Amino acid sequence: MAVLVIADHDGSAVRDTTHKTVTAALALSSEVDVLVVGEGAKAVADGAAKIAGVRKVLLAESAGLGKVLAEAVEATVLPLAGGYDAILTPATTDGKNFAPRIAAKLDVAPISDIVEVVSADTFVRPIYAGNALETIQSGDAKKVITVRPTAFAAAGEGGSAPVESVAGADAPKTTFVAEEMVKSDRPELGAAKIIVSGGRALGSAEEFHAVMEPLADKLGAAIGASRAAVDAGYAPNDYQVGQTGKVVAPMLYIAIGISGAIQHLAGMKDSKTIVAINKDPDAPIFQVADFGLVADYKTAVPELMSALG
Amino acid sequence: MKVLVPVKRVIDYNVKARVKADQSGVDLANVKMSMNPFDEIAVEEAVRLKEGKEHHAAGTATEIVVVSIGVTQAQETIRTALAMGADRGVLIQSDTDLEPLAVAKLLKAVVEEEKPDLVLMGKQSIDGDNNAVGQMLAALLDWPQATFAGKLVIEGGKATVTREVDGGLQTIAAELPAVVTVDLRLNTPRYASLPNIMKAKKKEIAMKAVADYGVDVADRLKVLKVTEPPKRAAGVKVESAAQLVESLKSAGVL
Ligand SMILES: Cc1cc2nc3c(=O)[nH]c(=O)nc-3n(C[C@H](O)[C@H](O)[C@H](O)COP(=O)(O)OP(=O)(O)OC[C@H]3O[C@@H](n4cnc5c(N)ncnc54)[C@H](O)[C@@H]3O)c2cc1C
Ligand SMILES: Cc1cc2nc3c(=O)[nH]c(=O)nc-3n(C[C@H](O)[C@H](O)[C@H](O)COP(=O)(O)OP(=O)(O)OC[C@H]3O[C@@H](n4cnc5c(N)ncnc54)[C@H](O)[C@@H]3O)c2cc1C
Repeated sequence: MAVLVIADHDGSAVRDTTHKTVTAALALSSEVDVLVVGEGAKAVADGAAKIAGVRKVLLAESAGLGKVLAEAVEATVLPLAGGYDAILTPATTDGKNFAPRIAAKLDVAPISDIVEVVSADTFVRPIYAGNALETIQSGDAKKVITVRPTAFAAAGEGGSAPVESVAGADAPKTTFVAEEMVKSDRPELGAAKIIVSGGRALGSAEEFHAVMEPLADKLGAAIGASRAAVDAGYAPNDYQVGQTGKVVAPMLYIAIGISGAIQHLAGMKDSKTIVAINKDPDAPIFQVADFGLVADYKTAVPELMSALG
Repeated sequence: MKVLVPVKRVIDYNVKARVKADQSGVDLANVKMSMNPFDEIAVEEAVRLKEGKEHHAAGTATEIVVVSIGVTQAQETIRTALAMGADRGVLIQSDTDLEPLAVAKLLKAVVEEEKPDLVLMGKQSIDGDNNAVGQMLAALLDWPQATFAGKLVIEGGKATVTREVDGGLQTIAAELPAVVTVDLRLNTPRYASLPNIMKAKKKEIAMKAVADYGVDVADRLKVLKVTEPPKRAAGVKVESAAQLVESLKSAGVL
């Protein structure tokens, strides 16, 4: 059986979510090809060719693919689908956008957000905001799967797969209008080893920046936020961690002024070590924290800064 | 413009789901059920399109039809949507939980019957967490899709949608008819007023059966078991920031 991985990339290089998805794919088959969709993405394809274990890289380009429009990805993948028994992609917002569309066209049940490959047809995925894990067996001949990157180790480098061009489709009924991407020199949330995350307690956008940024800089950390902090405009939407935001699993997650609602926990409870700073000793976040500090962040964060040296 | 809003009855978002001891699923007996929170946001936006609230011109939506696929009690979910301002409902009764592909096929059949210009729906349901039905419906209809909407503008035969994506925001314009799935920050749904709840009781809900639509709803996936996620070991409380840093260092985290 052959597997196609649709790569996640930033326009110049594949993201490590792609390496992690290749690991999941290699658990299904040793014949793993990577499809890079984009516009002017040759360098990305060359990078993907170096991932260990990859057999071949396919490169498809068009204007619509440059914006990863779901209709364009679907129309590009469908003609290739005949050659594969499974199509995998990371469960990013792009992957979640196009994978079910491809599945519907192939008349198969999409399998969303898997955290484990049990066998070639059996997978584990979280449901109910991560409060339950379901083990499902697919009866479809072809499988379309999104992979939760935090649940898999990254495939290594050292491959030298050939790169082949394939036809890139467009999205005739959808046009790209604009985008507003958050620019930051900090690590991406999904890839960060350390995350400092702020909640409603911060009270304003100014305070959020003033408290979270110096701490993140000191730790080389990415910044996350609860939904309440994002809704209130303290932080951009891209920072939201949780059931409906990003799922993260860093080495260290520091939650500051976050109560620990189930929807927030769904996005961070697989972190290796969790620290909570909250003035309410009964806050649910303490139930998942390895180290809890009951304190006002206004004094605790400056003290933490100086203790870090 | 006619708007179709699929709504799903799910476990209330405040309730923590418990796995059954026999691992057959999640225990939903005597658990509070509500409309999927994302679907409430979809209903609210549809009503605003009709009322002309926010940046929408009044009468952008002329009729709002809500549809649910589920058990008889899903009528309550439909009534909630009717009390918020939807015009009429359709309940496709099913005692078994259908997979996203089956739900999408049934919704396609409803779209073919109702001929809406816009399907506005939740991006994901908080039980299945699949985040799939909207995209699948769009594919089956060969319609464009705009998922994870944080802002919606209907103008010039297009839905211009600002999408909440990894990395920030992306705005795209999809030709109508289209499927738009909504994210949390699109709006804050209203509470229905008592008079509107009373009025909703008189609104029509058409009762249908899955068999009425003649589509294949067979399961493709078999749930082998549903288990609890591994529990985290109990942590410790530290007394100060200094002690916290020390603990993290001795645990090898820093
Ligand atoms: C469908 C749905 C999806 C959702 N998805 C998400 C999601 O993806 N991510 C997410 O985060 N939420 C999500 N939520 C929202 C979630 O239910 C909570 O409302 C949210 O996480 C609360 O954010 P918070 O912890 O910052 O705020 P609060 O719950 O208000 O907590 C603030 C905390 O700060 C503490 N505090 C206050 N002042 C101080 C101080 N000076 N020093 C120290 N501590 C202080 C308080 O004790 C409190 O514990 C979702 C909700 C729904 C309905
Ligand atoms: C006890 C139990 C057992 C389950 N067993 C299985 C199983 O064996 N296999 C499986 O795949 N799933 C199972 N599920 C999950 C359930 O069937 C899914 O909810 C269903 O597959 C649809 O996926 P979703 O709701 O996650 O869709 P999503 O794609 O997350 O939903 C997106 C949107 O689609 C619309 N929508 C979804 N469902 C409906 C509906 N019924 N009526 C109207 N609109 C709707 C809503 O607008 C919703 O916001 C089970 C759920 C329960 C509670």
